[in-house]
Parts: sequence; C-alpha cells; structure tokens
Amino acid sequence: MTPPEYERSNGGLTELLPPLTKHEALVEATRCLMCYDAPCTQACPTHIDIPQFIKKIYTGNLRGSARTILESNLLGATCARVCPVQELCEGACVLGAEHKPIAIGRLQRHAMDYAYAQGGRMFPVAPASGFAVAVIGAGPAGLSCAGELAKRGHSVTVFERRELGGGLSTYGIIALREPVEVALAEVAMIERMGVKVERGADAASFSLADLQARFAAVFLSVGLGATPELAIPGEDLVEDGLEYIEKSKVGGEKLRIGRNVVVIGAGNTAIDCATIAKRLGAERVTMVYRRTEHEMTAYPHEYEFIKREGVGFEFLAQPARVYAESGAVSALECVRMRLGAKDNSGRAAPEPIEGSAFVIPADQIVKAIGQKKPALAELWKLKTERGFIQVSEEFETSVPGVFAGGDCVRARGAASTVMAVQDGKLAARAIGERLVGSG
Amino acid sequence: MGKGWWGVADLSINFAGIRSPNPFWLASAPPANSGAQIHRAFEAGWGGAVWKTIGAPVLNVSNRYGAWHYGGQKMLAINNVELISDRPFETNLREIAEVKRAWPDRAVIVSAMVESKPDTWHDIIRRIQDTGADGIELNYGCPHGMSERGMGSAVGQVPEYCEQITRWVMEVAKIPVIVKLTPNISDITVPARAAAAAGANALSLINTINSIVGVDLDSLEITPNIGGKGGHGGYAGPAVKPIALNMLAALGRDSVVAGSRLPISGMGGISDWRDAAEFLLLGASSLQVCTAVMHYGFRIIEDLCDGLSNWMDEKGFASIADVAGKSLARVSDFNNFDLSFRAVARIDQEKCVRCNLCYVACNDTAHQCIDLIAKDGSIVAPYGHDERVNGRVVVETRPRVQVREVDCVGCRLCFNVCPVEGCIAMVEEPSGRAAVTWGQITQREPAVTEDWQAMEKYRAKMGIEIH
Repeated sequence: MTPPEYERSNGGLTELLPPLTKHEALVEATRCLMCYDAPCTQACPTHIDIPQFIKKIYTGNLRGSARTILESNLLGATCARVCPVQELCEGACVLGAEHKPIAIGRLQRHAMDYAYAQGGRMFPVAPASGFAVAVIGAGPAGLSCAGELAKRGHSVTVFERRELGGGLSTYGIIALREPVEVALAEVAMIERMGVKVERGADAASFSLADLQARFAAVFLSVGLGATPELAIPGEDLVEDGLEYIEKSKVGGEKLRIGRNVVVIGAGNTAIDCATIAKRLGAERVTMVYRRTEHEMTAYPHEYEFIKREGVGFEFLAQPARVYAESGAVSALECVRMRLGAKDNSGRAAPEPIEGSAFVIPADQIVKAIGQKKPALAELWKLKTERGFIQVSEEFETSVPGVFAGGDCVRARGAASTVMAVQDGKLAARAIGERLVGSG
Repeated sequence: MGKGWWGVADLSINFAGIRSPNPFWLASAPPANSGAQIHRAFEAGWGGAVWKTIGAPVLNVSNRYGAWHYGGQKMLAINNVELISDRPFETNLREIAEVKRAWPDRAVIVSAMVESKPDTWHDIIRRIQDTGADGIELNYGCPHGMSERGMGSAVGQVPEYCEQITRWVMEVAKIPVIVKLTPNISDITVPARAAAAAGANALSLINTINSIVGVDLDSLEITPNIGGKGGHGGYAGPAVKPIALNMLAALGRDSVVAGSRLPISGMGGISDWRDAAEFLLLGASSLQVCTAVMHYGFRIIEDLCDGLSNWMDEKGFASIADVAGKSLARVSDFNNFDLSFRAVARIDQEKCVRCNLCYVACNDTAHQCIDLIAKDGSIVAPYGHDERVNGRVVVETRPRVQVREVDCVGCRLCFNVCPVEGCIAMVEEPSGRAAVTWGQITQREPAVTEDWQAMEKYRAKMGIEIH
C-alpha cells in the first residue's frame, strides 16, 4: 500500500489538537522569553534549540525554524505530537511557575507541518564517505541513526521487518496523537537523504556475521517484542493492545470494538487502547490495574485525559480468568489486591487478598501490560541487562561494531520516542567517529 | 471630569485662557475630523478637542495610514499621509459653531493652515473666531503633502516664516493662539523662540516625525502602498514618546522660551495616564492624544482621567498646575551628572526565573560582570549541561545568575532586559569619592579632559578602576 491509501485510514480518528493557526503561532511565539542556555533545550532529550526555532516562527522564517528542529531531531514532526512535553521542555519552561508554559510542542508541529507541506526536503544528499552501515528496524531510533549517518555521507540500509517504516510511530501510537501519514512522511524524508529502506526484511533471518561482512557497522533498533502472557485461563480470547492500536491505524484487518471493553494495564499503550475503544463506539470501557493510580506508568496528563474520556477504573485488581460464552468473551474475573512492601522496581508490590474474586462483565478484553524483551539479543548472542540489550556509553553492544539504541536498550528510564531519537543520534555520532576517526 | 471623577484632585485647566474640565484634548487629527465625532468624544468625557486642521483645499489618497507593529503589539506607531481636513470648509465652520454651542464647558480649538499670505491668514482667523471657538492652533508641523506646498513643517522648519505668519495671525486674533511645532528640526527651541517673539499665546508639540514605515518583502513596495508608490509620512504613537518628552523638556530648559512663560500643550505618544503624568511633569499643562484614540476609541478617556486623578491623590497633587513642570529641574545634561554616583545591579534570587537574559546581555554586550553559579558555588560556563541528562528536573540543577558587584559598572542593561518585575534592582552603593561633574573637572583640571595620560593619573588618584 502506498501512503495515500492510509491517509483516510487512522480508524476515522483525527488529531486531538488542531494545528495552530498562523496567528496563534505568532502570538504564542511572542510570549517566549528566548532564554539563554534555555531549560527547555536542556530538558529536551534531543536538546533542540527551542528558543531559536520559536524566534524563527516569530520572524516568519518557518523553513529555518524546521531546520533548527531537524538539526537536533530528525523526527521533529513525530516528537511534536507524541512527546510528553509536560515532563520535558514545557515542564522546564520558566513561564510555567506563574503563567502558562510556552506551547512548545504545538509550535514545533507548526514549523514541521510547514516544512512537510513544502515537500520536506531539508537536507541535501551528502558526498559519499565510502562506508556502509546497516540499521535493523525503521522505528524512531533506526530512522534517527540512519538519517544522522546519511548526513555524514555514509551509505545506510535500513532493514524493516514490517510493510511500513516508522515503527511504533506508524503502528503503535493512536491516530488521535499521530496519524499514520506523519510517520510515513518522516520515513520518506529520511529516504530522500539517501537512506535505503528495505521493507519486509526480518533481521531474525539474517546472520550477524553475514551482516558484519557486508557492513562496516550495524545499528540495532529493533524495539521490543509482543505483549507478554497474562498466564490466566482463557487468555487466547484476550486481544493484544499493540495489535488493537495497529488495526485502528492501518486497518489491514478491520478493528472490532466491543460494547463493554476491559483494558488490562495502566501504561501509555493501555491508555491509548482505552481511548480507541471509547472513541470508536464502546459503551463502557474499564481499565484494570493491579496497583493504584499512584503507581501507574502512564503520565499524569494521560490519566487526566482518559478520566475526561469517561473511562472507568478498577485499581488493585488482578485478572484471574477470562469467561466465555459460545467462544466469545463474556467476563473477566479479577482478584482484589492490596499494596505490600516495595519490590525491586521501587514500587509497592501488590498482593492478592484471599477470597476477594469478583467478575467484570465484558465482551472484549485487551491487554497492554508492556512488551517482551528483544528476541534478537539471544539469537545473536548479545549480552543483556535485565533482558534488554546491554550497551556502552557509546551505544555499542557486547559485539564490537554492533551498536544498539531505542526501546531495546532501555533498561533504565522511561521508553519514549524522543529518547529513541536521541539514542540514534548519539549512536550515529559514535559510529561515525569509529568509521572515520573522531572529528 | 475635574472633581466630578472619583478622586479629589482637580483635573481642570486654564490653558492660556482656554478652560477645560480635564487636560485631555483630542489632537488635531482624524479623531477630530467632524462635529459628530467630537460630540461623541465629549460624551465620553474628553476635556477638549483640537479640530482637524482646516484651510487650504486638498485631495486625499487611499492606504494613507501605515503602522509599525512590534513583538505582538499592534500599532506601536502609526504613520500617515493624510492631509488636513478634506471636508468642505463651510461645513467645518458650521459644525465647529454647533459643537461649541452644545458643549460650552469643553475646549474647542481649531487648527488652521493656509497659504503664506497675510490676507489669507487674516481671513481664516476671523472666520474661526466667528464660530465661537475657544482657541486657534497654527499647524506648522504637518510633514507630508502640505509641506511640499510650502505649508506645515515647511513653515515650522524656518524660524523666520514661523515668526512672520504668527505675527499676521496675532494682528487679528482675539482668542488664544497656540503655535504647534514640528519635531523635524535639529533644535526645537529655535522655532519656539520665534513663536514667542511673534506674540503667540501658547505652544504645542510634537507634530508627527518624518518616516517611512516599512518595505513589503513580497512586493518590494513601500508600506503602505499607494498605487505602487509610497513615501515619507508623519510618525506618531507610543514609539515617539521619548522624542516628544525630550523636546518638551528642551523648551522648559531654554531660558528664552521658559522666560516667555508660554504654556505648552504636550503630545506625542500619550497612550495612558502614566504617559500623561510624565508630560505634565516635564512642563506640559494641557495634553493632546491621537494614536491611542485611533487604536481604541474615545473610551480611553475614562482611565486617562481616573488614573491621573488617583495618581495625583496618592502623590498629594491638588491640581494640574501643581504637577506641571515638577520634574523639569531634574533635567540636565552629561556635563552636570555626578561622576561619583554609583549604582550596581542586584538580582533577587527568589524572583529570578533563570532565563539568563541578563547573563547573555551582560556577557555579550555590556561589561561581563554576571556569573553563572552552580549549586556547589563554583562559576560555570553556559551550555555546560550533560547531553544525556534531560527532563524537567534539569531546572533543579540550573545555575543561578549573580552579579560580581565589584566589576559592575551599573550600566543597567540587565535591569532593562529582565522579564520579571522587581527582580533586578539598581542599588546605590557609595563610591567613596566626593561628588564631581565633568563640567567641574573641565574647569578645575582641563588637562584630564584632553589628555589620556592626565586622565590615567586622575583615575589613579581618585581610585577609579576600569576593568
């Protein structure tokens, strides 16, 4: 399928926030104090020179504004939409304390929308260095690394398992936050920089030795795996949260929305699944989580959002069994939990309360309880840390010349698109220095 | 108006015999173009109006007002090529009479401009007087359209013409005559002296400043575009206020003009009561407003009077006359400034939002005396953060800005750029040196002012260290 065929997909969902009008952007840009060595820039994992791009919006230099963003973050259009700005740039804005912080995310989207409307040709193809690099996975980390390497003149081939590039931006973030075409336009922009993207190429079928023979360096940005098992009776009737989102976006298989939907989990993906269910017609959506609202991994602004969507919660509830009637889900049995001592994640560990089983009627159950660790690590015999690929400060794995970044190395800290973009950028720098010597 | 407002201060004025219940008059300009407009202005509370200049026949163009917008603020200044009144002369005279009859307590002043012929001037002055108007303002200031025809600023820029025409006017004038000065001149006191010499009853300033407001970057045409052309027009509005204040003060400090005791009607960028109070403090005793009215309408008179009245009450000023010229004695020049006066910047760490604008301004363009101080007390360089650290927690490790007072020359740039009210204060610090002015040094030790070696010796003796 070509991008235009997806444009009217997105499950009928459009972006939650409208684009800023030119006037709104100008007024907002005017409010920016243009701090020096600004906290927003420090707080941004990719350290975009935010005051500079905002000043350029103010002066009407939108092309330059987009360029400033892309110089630090090649996936500026995605990040403008999906970044938890409250926790990052906007959370650090000096105007936040007494006034409203500058709407940095929306201003960034304004500049990026302009750049893509103009054709998204921001970087020329660089003169060839003679080095070839393989990137495994066309998600944010891979695209960022590939683009940064291409800027240095390296010949980059990205191997993408799926039919479309973009990774979670394409498949795993609801259209309300990022429509498919935004992610695909970014892939196209990276390709125009000279990067080759081979789609339908599963790295699991490659041998690492073979790759290393063909390429001077390899960058792994394979993300994480499928949703882990709940290990409860009737699990085969439970739908996978990431697939749920994927169907809502690229609609290869039409998404069925239940009338009475239960979402298991309380992270970003769970919030997204509940949002889809609610917006696409479910009468009742209940999120089931074994801890409380204080431990949930979704951001506070996401929790506030989903409450306003009218989604209900069952906190301190652990799924125990799925009931079915004539092959269809009819209910979820849960056990009531209480919080005990802190576990090794630093959060209070939930413990079941005996004899507390209860049943939530449901005709659709979706699980979004995280992702499995990358399988490729074991296959290619890479050292891991708590299941994630172990990397050095330079993003190099235990195998010399093989680098990795993005969610597959995120053993610590919150996994996010912008962190993946930064990993890709820093890894590209390390790879580039390795190939041609520093400088 | 006057005592009718909330406060107890008396806002009424008697300006060269022209009475009005408050000092605010519409300036001779588009807001004072017709009887209907001035009726509404008086209903809103304006104390007076200077009727848009009547006189020579004219034709106007479209796109006559340009504007300069800055930092999201619309109309920081306006620029115009509109001429004097293009309404029929007789219509203007009839409406002036009607307005004056309807509003006996308000000041109705008529601005006039005709060809430089004594008979023509005699005629228009007599006809204005027949309307019952309270005063006449001679427009020697218009810098566009009329000046090319030998009127307006073409008169104001030549003291001899200014004096001659004023004499012609005074030959027949039975009501107070105000001479309006153009700022498009190097020394404003020269035409003011000429007007005083010719017997004028009052002065007003400033008229608009010659200007080109901009160039359109798409069409490359001049802004505003008048059929593919554009040119100099009169500049007015908030941006011109400092220029107007300087010229107003120059009249107050000139021995001849001040000695003539002519009252001065001040204008040029008055937008609110604060501006108004500043004009009064520098010697104006009536005030004229145009651009702010063109931006927001006649309703702004409410806060002009209310704000001024409250401020006067707070300061204990009973009348406009009490305020007028109160700060004039403070106006001086570099020759008389105390070279031993010392102020240093001090930053209130509680109020500081860590925007670092003071730091970059001081470090890049002033005197490099603000440091970034890390949590451990060490001085750090900007952009020193670890690129692997992110998130809003970075604000917690952000260095603070601190002035090295010993090196601070008190330039005041940081104070000016700080976005937080009351965060940076310019604190007076004793310099340890006796007060001395450049004038005094010139008199006592002229070599110091002429020779670098003598200057270095003087500095060593006085303990003046330049970093």
